[in-house]
Amino acid sequence: MILSIGSLAVRGLQMGIDFTGGTLIEVGYQKAADLNVLRNTLDTQGFDDATVQNFGTAKDVLIRLKPHEGISSADLSTRVLEAINKTTAEPASIRRVEYVGPQVGDDLAEDGFLALLYSTIAILIYIAWRFEWKFSTGAILATVHDVVVTLGLFSILGLEFDLTVLAAVLALIGYSLNDTIVVYDRIRENFRLLRNKTTEEVMNISVNVTLSRTIMTSLTVILVLVSLFFLGGEIIHNFSIVLLFGVFFGTYSSIFIASPMALMLGISAEDLMIPVKEGSVIDDRP
Amino acid sequence: MQNHFPVWKNILVLLVFGIGIIYSLPNLYGDDPSVQVSSTIAMAISQEQANQVDSDIKAMGIPAKAFEYKDGKILARFSNTDDQLKVADQLRDKMGSNYTVALNLAPTTPGWLRALGAQAMYLGLDLRGGVHFLLEVDMDAAVKQAEDRYIDDVRLALRNAKLHYQSVAKDSGFIKVTMNSTDDKSALLTLLDKEFHSLEITEPEAQEQVWLKFSEKEAREIKKFAVAQNMTTLRNRVNELGVAEPVIQQQGENRIMVQLPGVQDTTRAKEILGTTATLEYRLVDVDHDVQQAVSGHAPVGSRLYYDRSGAPILLDRRVIVTGDQIVDASSGQDQDGRPSVNISLNGVGASKMAKTTQVSVGKPMAVVFIEYKVETKTVNGEKIRHKEKVEKVINVATIQGVFSKRFQTTGLDSPQEARNLSLLLRAGALAAPVDIVEERTVGPSLGQDNIDKGMLSFVVGFALVVLFMAVYYKLFGMIANFALAFNVVIVVAILSMLQATLTLPGIAGIILTVGMSVDANVLIFERVKEEIKAGITPQAAIFIGYDKAFATILDSHFTNLVVAVVLFAFGTGSVKGFAVTLIIGILSSMFTAITGTRMVINWIYGSRRVEKLSI
Repeated sequence: MILSIGSLAVRGLQMGIDFTGGTLIEVGYQKAADLNVLRNTLDTQGFDDATVQNFGTAKDVLIRLKPHEGISSADLSTRVLEAINKTTAEPASIRRVEYVGPQVGDDLAEDGFLALLYSTIAILIYIAWRFEWKFSTGAILATVHDVVVTLGLFSILGLEFDLTVLAAVLALIGYSLNDTIVVYDRIRENFRLLRNKTTEEVMNISVNVTLSRTIMTSLTVILVLVSLFFLGGEIIHNFSIVLLFGVFFGTYSSIFIASPMALMLGISAEDLMIPVKEGSVIDDRP
Repeated sequence: MQNHFPVWKNILVLLVFGIGIIYSLPNLYGDDPSVQVSSTIAMAISQEQANQVDSDIKAMGIPAKAFEYKDGKILARFSNTDDQLKVADQLRDKMGSNYTVALNLAPTTPGWLRALGAQAMYLGLDLRGGVHFLLEVDMDAAVKQAEDRYIDDVRLALRNAKLHYQSVAKDSGFIKVTMNSTDDKSALLTLLDKEFHSLEITEPEAQEQVWLKFSEKEAREIKKFAVAQNMTTLRNRVNELGVAEPVIQQQGENRIMVQLPGVQDTTRAKEILGTTATLEYRLVDVDHDVQQAVSGHAPVGSRLYYDRSGAPILLDRRVIVTGDQIVDASSGQDQDGRPSVNISLNGVGASKMAKTTQVSVGKPMAVVFIEYKVETKTVNGEKIRHKEKVEKVINVATIQGVFSKRFQTTGLDSPQEARNLSLLLRAGALAAPVDIVEERTVGPSLGQDNIDKGMLSFVVGFALVVLFMAVYYKLFGMIANFALAFNVVIVVAILSMLQATLTLPGIAGIILTVGMSVDANVLIFERVKEEIKAGITPQAAIFIGYDKAFATILDSHFTNLVVAVVLFAFGTGSVKGFAVTLIIGILSSMFTAITGTRMVINWIYGSRRVEKLSI
């Protein structure tokens, strides 16, 4: 956790062109491509800020460009392609071109942030309504933990954060809460059943009986994610990484963070009793 | 009889299953490379024309797999893409500019499925290849253009009313009219009241001045119109590109999304869509010497321009007609068979053209083509867009008589030139410049790659989960697996029915739901196991397991759903595709994993004494 925050603070996230604006060109060759030749060509053609790297295989090359001054943005990809086709014997075939204008990048970043914010608020409201504010806080903290740790890992590994990754982070929020809620659900049920046990005991029992389920579900999700990671291709790579790590940490956090947190906040059986008609309702809410 | 479904519930599940299978079936059929011919003018293609095209294709010696004529469109299917390309090229030459000949992939779904309305899923651009553009309409330019038009109109109205004025000019957001005397001002106000409702009037301290400004409503109208007109023009231009299923949509207040599936030549697409242009008709100034103007002494009422060959030409400062007043321009032949361009103007343009031509028969008139090229620069960390205006005279023709709404330009060198000019005229009929602010191109090889990889990881992921469940939960696991397959069928069926766009992240979403939807079954089965451990009879354990797990499943799935819905609301493009499959997957998994498995379990264990469960 601390490591993640540290890395996020120091290194930050490497934002993809979805958010920063810029151009990304993926080209394919029949044979392995010589990256140095490509780099030199682009350098001499005035694209000295271009980063060139292999993408997935040695035959595929990814070229990234920052928003360019002086060149009409939409022309950029055409000109880069012309430049690299001049030097290499075999013409490159375009596999993918992505250009995001600076303005659009800002908009996408804003929308992404709002999506994060609104989903968090919506879930907070739902849990507070279905359960109780102490649980709700615990759940949110556990989720924040998952997200921060996953993002931190992204930052440490220097992976690129783009729209697809953001979608994965949101999916992760949903999943991580799903886990937490299953545990909470059981705690609630057991509070009502096991009246002679202490709060701690009830929690312990609940976490234990749901443990096998939590692990089973995480396992099936991890199975499909592993398949996606290895076979889904380069574009979906980071997406699966986020979810893989997220599911791993999510499983751990719903067991070790969410419930202890609610306990720390002083949850008790009374908080979860079905309100006896009127009167108690007022005490029930913060 | 705890574990027994009423008949209606069994029927419901089976019915959903059956419908799911039928509507997901079209996805198993492939596509035929085909050529689609449609008319760019409002008229549909007639049966005779269709027959003509049919015999044309037969004459080429290339066998078509099928030839269909429906709803005024022709669809010819071929067995391979080579045939398809050859026919398309030859047909393009034959059919001329009034028809669109587009390459298409026509689904081979059999007739009985199509009769039920079943279609294959709609693949996103990242799967089928193609171009996505986001264009932004420059609203400032649109408003400025409107201001310029109003300035001309106010001047004209003043002159017609024989009112003397000092100046009509733009200044700090206003159109400032300065009259010679305060007496004329009241006359001006009456005039404005009569002819210019859409302008808001401010009377400043300076007695002889009136400041004019667009009303809020008028400014909104101008912007709305700018987007609408751009969309119309884009549609026409896309038709020229020959794309089978283009998508042109407004996004937000000032952006237009253009998606061209299957377009390979992005450079040409960008050239045609991205060159933002407008044009102006102006009279040629024949009274002054061009050479003098070149050396820097342009006469007061004129401006110096250059034509396409770089030769200088002097034009009158006053604009007769602007591009946004052109309704249509098409190439053709005049009575003598010479190449010509036919131009139609709207009402405002027509009356202006009539006024000008009445007094200028025999004089030359020029068309100025204006292009905007956009550059983004960063100054002090702020993103500033810089626009460069390039003006060129593309045509000069002598006015042969008085005309207004419709007229013809002749004297062009070749039919090719006529076609080019009409294209430029139509391209110039843009109310405001647009620029491409986002582009996403996916080549066809990558599209197919994405499909293959998506399918492979789906199959492997699915197989792993199925294996795992079968080993761990035995018979119950197999039942859950059946529900899982059922779930995938339903997701595919719903996606096909809604014709929602399937993207690569969308496939990832389906794969993810495969992993997550067994969660409901895991919850139930674990609960059943627990109850059995607690010493309850198998039948009761099943009942209690389902009963108690239900609330938990509802709660836990709901959070996933909330996130997916938010993602859908804020996501764009491929991310939206992910949200769609996630939403559908979560909802349908609740049905299959709870009701579906319960049905099968009831069938197996329902109405008999059970000693032990295979769980």
